[in-house]
Amino acid sequence: MSGSTDWPLWEVFVRSRRGLSHTHAGSLHAPDAEMALRNARDLYTRRNEGVSIWVVPSASVTASSPDEKDPFFAPAADKPYRHPTFYEIPEGVRHL
Amino acid sequence: MNGAPTDDARDVRTTAAALALGDDALILSHRLGEWAGHAPALEEEVALANIALDLLGQARILLSLAGDEDELAYLRDERHFRNLQLVEQPNGDFAHTIARQLYFSTYQLALYRQLVAGDSAFGALAAKAVKEVAYHQDHAEHWTLRLGDGTPESHRRMSRACETLWRFTGELFQPVEGLDIDWAALEEGWLTSVTDVLERATLGLPQGPRTGAWTAGAGRQGLHTEPFGPMIAEMQHLHRSHPGASW
Amino acid sequence: MTAVTEGTAAEAAMETTADGRQAAFDAAVAADERIEPRDWMPDAYRATLVRQMAQHAHSEIIGMQPEANWITRAPSLRRKAILMAKVQDEAGHGLYLYSAAETLGTGRDELLDKLHSGRQKYSSIFNYPTLTWADVGAIGWLVDGAAITNQVPLCRCSYGPYARAMVRVCKEESFHQRQGYELLLALSGGTPAQHEMAQDAVDRWWWPSLMMFGPPDDESAHSAQSMTWKIKRHSNDELRQRFVDICVPQAEVLGLTLPDPDLRWNEERGRHDFGAIDWTEFHEVLKGNGPCNEQRITQRRRAHEEGAWVREAAASYAAKHRPVPGGGPAPGESARAGTALGESTRMEATA
Repeated sequence: MSGSTDWPLWEVFVRSRRGLSHTHAGSLHAPDAEMALRNARDLYTRRNEGVSIWVVPSASVTASSPDEKDPFFAPAADKPYRHPTFYEIPEGVRHL
Repeated sequence: MNGAPTDDARDVRTTAAALALGDDALILSHRLGEWAGHAPALEEEVALANIALDLLGQARILLSLAGDEDELAYLRDERHFRNLQLVEQPNGDFAHTIARQLYFSTYQLALYRQLVAGDSAFGALAAKAVKEVAYHQDHAEHWTLRLGDGTPESHRRMSRACETLWRFTGELFQPVEGLDIDWAALEEGWLTSVTDVLERATLGLPQGPRTGAWTAGAGRQGLHTEPFGPMIAEMQHLHRSHPGASW
Repeated sequence: MTAVTEGTAAEAAMETTADGRQAAFDAAVAADERIEPRDWMPDAYRATLVRQMAQHAHSEIIGMQPEANWITRAPSLRRKAILMAKVQDEAGHGLYLYSAAETLGTGRDELLDKLHSGRQKYSSIFNYPTLTWADVGAIGWLVDGAAITNQVPLCRCSYGPYARAMVRVCKEESFHQRQGYELLLALSGGTPAQHEMAQDAVDRWWWPSLMMFGPPDDESAHSAQSMTWKIKRHSNDELRQRFVDICVPQAEVLGLTLPDPDLRWNEERGRHDFGAIDWTEFHEVLKGNGPCNEQRITQRRRAHEEGAWVREAAASYAAKHRPVPGGGPAPGESARAGTALGESTRMEATA
């Protein structure tokens, strides 16, 4: 069923408070971006959960594939020297 | 106290105005509540319920200014309701509901904006309500554009809805006792705004008369249209069936 | 920072062969990790999830009807506001759940189509009528109470989007249950007629609520597999028992009687014994012979059909006014479209 009454799917991101990033809240259907924003407001912030909303057509999201998980993410796993806890600092040294 | 008579007079005026505005909100909220489970899309179920809840919240504050909210909502007879005939009109199809929303929310927005600026018992309420109503107007405007400039069928339905409800719009600008409002400016602003939206929606401004021929008055005088009676009978029957009960 | 260098169980078993994928999936589920939409999953797992999430979503939107039946007659403005908000939440829950189901590639329109044509089911409880105002309270207390008992474990379901939707749903459901309980409390302590109304509603809703947990464990076809997959965390009978144990003291505070002469505390088990459920009625209602099956689906279908021209109009408008990529607002929308809200409705360009 893909008649002309189908509305496209949108991903909704909500900033719950000033100072925080927008976080993925879920998705919804809407005929266009203007209505998607309004539907998102009604659906995802009716209990005062947000101060700002983004909507993005789901079809515009490019996602990494689970099959690419190893080449994408495994190489980052063996570089512990990127993390501060890798380094041993003599006791008593402060502000470091 | 010298000021006492003036205070009493002011109370009477405030009560009259609170009833008019409160009944508008109460009755429109009830009509929108009838959509629950029938809306054209699930997203719209949520949107219409939000608007209905905003209006019900306003109604409760306003009626409480005039007395006990439940006594006023459930124990008055038809002739004692002061709401506009526009808001009691049946939902019809979605186009009728949107046309009703467009006409009313544009009016309510302009009215509450004046009340925010003015000095009356309604300032605090209006300051809160004006934000809600701005969203109602926005919702109505966006749907008017989509229905007017959507398909030939939606254009035809929206056009008919705007025309059918047009004759209830004259009453919006009949002065309400107790409200310090520039009614002429209100009407002019309303016409400008509605004309703009309808034109962008490829719909013309309806040409018919904006009031009925009945000179006795309309909703503000407690004279309602026939669909109103069955509506409040349904609304009130349970409450009235158990006199004095608490819920 | 150890988490950075440690692999997950799923990665440890990661292979590209079919067996390897199955092993990786099994390991992830066993390790209580979440399966996400684009992960490989067994076909049967996918089918079970789509069916369950769709049925759950359908139940939410059909479930609006029995309660919406009382919105226009709510006996006080406070109760009316509460009921409208609750019915609205149910539409919202339906939307969260359809979203979750759509992550597995089945569109909402297709799911609705299956509901409307009777190929997918919704919870049988909504095929009972709401005859009095007290039924609104009984639905909140018992039906939503049973639903919460069923649903809280689903917040830890192995499928990520379902679990996340359920976290949101459960948070909101607790308001539903409490308002129902409070409503019944007011009736029970009210006039004799109100008390009688409350008792009558509890009498009618108690047994159907117990049936909401599904057939007894020894007759439940899909249970074992769903438990292994961690789509289901507890057996039907276990959840039913938990619900009965929760309700008994709540009914006492309400001053209402649960309509089961065999209901009593079993000291030895540390739980309540209760009477046998009439599964004939359950199966009959499931088959379509409940008091409202026909009415519910007819109303849903009619709302969908009568709304078609509206959805079509909005789609057609969107096609006409599609914004040029990188350009300004769509023609006809114009920049002033957002001014009523006092801020631009266009999305910020950056965080």
